[in-house]
Amino acid sequence: MTVTRPAVPLIEAELAERVLERALQHGGEFADLFCEERSGLGLAIDESRIERVQRGSERGAGVRVVRGETSYFAHVDGLGEADLERAADTVAAAARGDRTEVQALEAAESRPLQEIAVAPSDVPAERKAELLRACDETARSAGDEIAQVQASYAEGNRRVTVANSEGRFAADDRTRVRLGVQVVARRNGAVETGFETLGGHRGFELVEEGAAERTAERASRIALTLLGADPAPAGAMPVVVGGGFGGVLFHEMTGHGLEADHIQKGASVYAGKLGEQVAAPHLEAFDDGRLPGEWGTDGIDDEGTPTQRTSVIHEGRVTSYLYDLVRARKDGVASTGNGRRESFRHLPIPRMTNTYIAPGEASPEGLISDVERGFYAVSFAGGQVDPTTGDFVFGVSEGYLIEGGKVTKPCRGATLIGNCLEALGRIDAVASDFEMKTGFCGKGGQRVPVGTGQGHVRIGELTVGGTAV
Amino acid sequence: MGDELGAIAQRAVDAALAAGAGDAEAYVQDSLGREIRVFDGEVESLTEAGERGVGVRCWIDHRAGYAYGTELSEEGLGRIGQDAVETARIADADEFAAAPLGDGAGAPAIPGLHDPSLAGWTTERKIELAKRIERAAREADDRVVAVETAVYVDEEQRVAIASSTGLAGAFEATSAYAYTQAIAEARDDKQTGLGFGMGRSPEGLDSEEIGREAAERAATLLGARKPSSRTCPVVLDPTVAASFVGFIGGTLCADTVQRGRSLFAGRLGEVVASPALTVTDHATDPAGLNSSPFDAEGTPRGQTPLIEAGELVAYLHDSYTARRQQAQGAAGARTTANASRAGYRSPPSVSTSNLIIAPGSKSFEELLAEAGDGVYVTDVAGLHSGVNPVSGTFSVGATGRLIEGGRLAAPADEFTIASDLQSMLKTITAVASEARWVPFGGSISAPALLLGEMAVGGS
Repeated sequence: MTVTRPAVPLIEAELAERVLERALQHGGEFADLFCEERSGLGLAIDESRIERVQRGSERGAGVRVVRGETSYFAHVDGLGEADLERAADTVAAAARGDRTEVQALEAAESRPLQEIAVAPSDVPAERKAELLRACDETARSAGDEIAQVQASYAEGNRRVTVANSEGRFAADDRTRVRLGVQVVARRNGAVETGFETLGGHRGFELVEEGAAERTAERASRIALTLLGADPAPAGAMPVVVGGGFGGVLFHEMTGHGLEADHIQKGASVYAGKLGEQVAAPHLEAFDDGRLPGEWGTDGIDDEGTPTQRTSVIHEGRVTSYLYDLVRARKDGVASTGNGRRESFRHLPIPRMTNTYIAPGEASPEGLISDVERGFYAVSFAGGQVDPTTGDFVFGVSEGYLIEGGKVTKPCRGATLIGNCLEALGRIDAVASDFEMKTGFCGKGGQRVPVGTGQGHVRIGELTVGGTAV
Repeated sequence: MGDELGAIAQRAVDAALAAGAGDAEAYVQDSLGREIRVFDGEVESLTEAGERGVGVRCWIDHRAGYAYGTELSEEGLGRIGQDAVETARIADADEFAAAPLGDGAGAPAIPGLHDPSLAGWTTERKIELAKRIERAAREADDRVVAVETAVYVDEEQRVAIASSTGLAGAFEATSAYAYTQAIAEARDDKQTGLGFGMGRSPEGLDSEEIGREAAERAATLLGARKPSSRTCPVVLDPTVAASFVGFIGGTLCADTVQRGRSLFAGRLGEVVASPALTVTDHATDPAGLNSSPFDAEGTPRGQTPLIEAGELVAYLHDSYTARRQQAQGAAGARTTANASRAGYRSPPSVSTSNLIIAPGSKSFEELLAEAGDGVYVTDVAGLHSGVNPVSGTFSVGATGRLIEGGRLAAPADEFTIASDLQSMLKTITAVASEARWVPFGGSISAPALLLGEMAVGGS
């Protein structure tokens, strides 16, 4: 990892101080200003034709004043002095109470995490079109049964600058690249799909040297495999969850319940469980916003707090919740650097960055060979949880039956369903084959990039909801 | 105001033409929104903000490009125009890609789309409305121990579009909605329930009813258990019926059909559902939150029957898919004015406006009686990950109540319902007579539905 050029703030410290003063003119205990400049390019190939080519750019700011339990927030398009003042005045009109003095801002802090070897904006758009054509050809070359291929490429750059009334001033420069390939395969009347993604807080180098083609190849393989699939079984059985995107299970099952907003409202099954044993003693899990190059990685969070590696489960016990500034203040602790926002148009809320179950000792084969009859969920289309009740559901995009300790038939249409604490307590083995994958997480109407990861994991019993009753 | 936005749209079109576009179209959106979140009798957050931007589509020799931005100065529009032209040059030529020939100026205004009463509501009154929702949820049932958050949202939106083909049109609309999630607890069980309401202004929101619904949904589920795995009749409540029909609406959009990604491709005129089912896309119903006088390409909107008594009668089109359909020999295929857009940041695509499932003749109680023994589903989870839009197979998490002897019985949770969309449509055996508007996953007016049989995965 090379530490590279620091991010340059989008506005001067003096202007930021004036805006914060203005936001607090009628009162408030805390204020912050979040400035953002973002630009991006997206294109897709469909029916072997490059289409949906889009370019966009935006600049804007959000101003927040916190008083007691209340946040007042306004956002504006534009970063001119008049724009920022307008946002500050809107917020100030609503906020009342004792006034806080704005502390002088230090020189802007910036902690870039990874060298962007090839800035995507330096690569001609035609090269990106070629990449998609290569994905299309690779996916189609997997066989005559491949009926449809769609691939999309997206790059984005976000420059953010945060200033707050406690003297923090920090900037970050974030470049992300993502590729997604979706393949439809047909055989007689049967239709199946395969989907694979590749993404990172990285430059264009991420998708070069055959990485894009390998993504396409895998999407085709999944679709073709599923063509021969039987309906998934229904009922309770042991479930082995694949590495990489299997980590979305931990993200939904445990991660959301550890976000401090749910905890403080008593709307989480993990509320009051700090220090308690919730999983087997071999289970270790982290939220890590500093993993170099990973999809959920940033130098600072969207409140200017440096990101960090937070142990959330150690030896099976809950060790920490995930905090932004507002919730940390309420609990009298420091923010864990999990205050994230989709854009300057959104208030920060506690969000995961990259969450993962640390690798264990077992081998993936060993996890499977111990199962007499069970289900092997290799990958998920997504999942969701109600943190209050802990009830979760996951759509399986690639799954197999395990019979007599062996992976046998592919299954389609499976969903895993269960309750967080029960399922977490039933993780009885974790394999050493660790991998990270990319996803988007929706919460409170905000979508942010997150990384999930793990090696193969076995859950002693979980309900599989298929059609084969 | 419409004039000012219209002028910006016209300048954006000119900028794209100056940059080398053959044809160009601009969409300008200016909105002012507020969100109030209340928790424990206090305002948790109050957000107020305006948003203004332009999206420009352009065409160069059947290559389509798109760019958007928030800098609406002469210089900013110039750059957006250049970006649009640059993206068009990267795209491959597509013989059907060309500027639409809509004429939104001729579309009649929809009465009630813009409700001036919204402007008369002060922030304090809206806060009070959200607080009343929270109180109503707490007071409706002793077992409600907390209310997660009561949320009130409203928006005033103005839209103008212009194009090099002479199109010019503008409209304004207001919307307001509110929801809350109640948490009920008894013995060791905790359950949540959602209550919501929507309208064109806060006048249309019944705070007592929203709170009561949340409380009732949560409390009813207390003590829920997994049903046993089986195949049985299933009754979907209107919110769940809306989720499924909204999903099916997506598969009836012509772009997915033409690209062979819809399970309904090539089936126009076929019986695809039970005769009990009639679904219409209704773009000018003032009660539907997705209504507008013309679509995102300026074509005047109307109604399109999609499924009539079980028969698939139409797909939804924009100008691109209609042109493509015509080329494939469907003489007279024309846009149904279903070009929609989420905002200026994304280009238009075909989508449903408001879907209306025609109510049937039976009461909810009659539906239960007809089900006999089965499951009543009040909520599903994982629809976005649990349904395969191409094959139609699905398996989603569900909660609800058992139906025993034709009546609602014990609460049930942590189970799945699974089938494929095609079989599901055919097994609809009855449609309830009362419908409600559901704003999630589209804008849909749905009654409860009885499905003759479905796979239930539980213990």
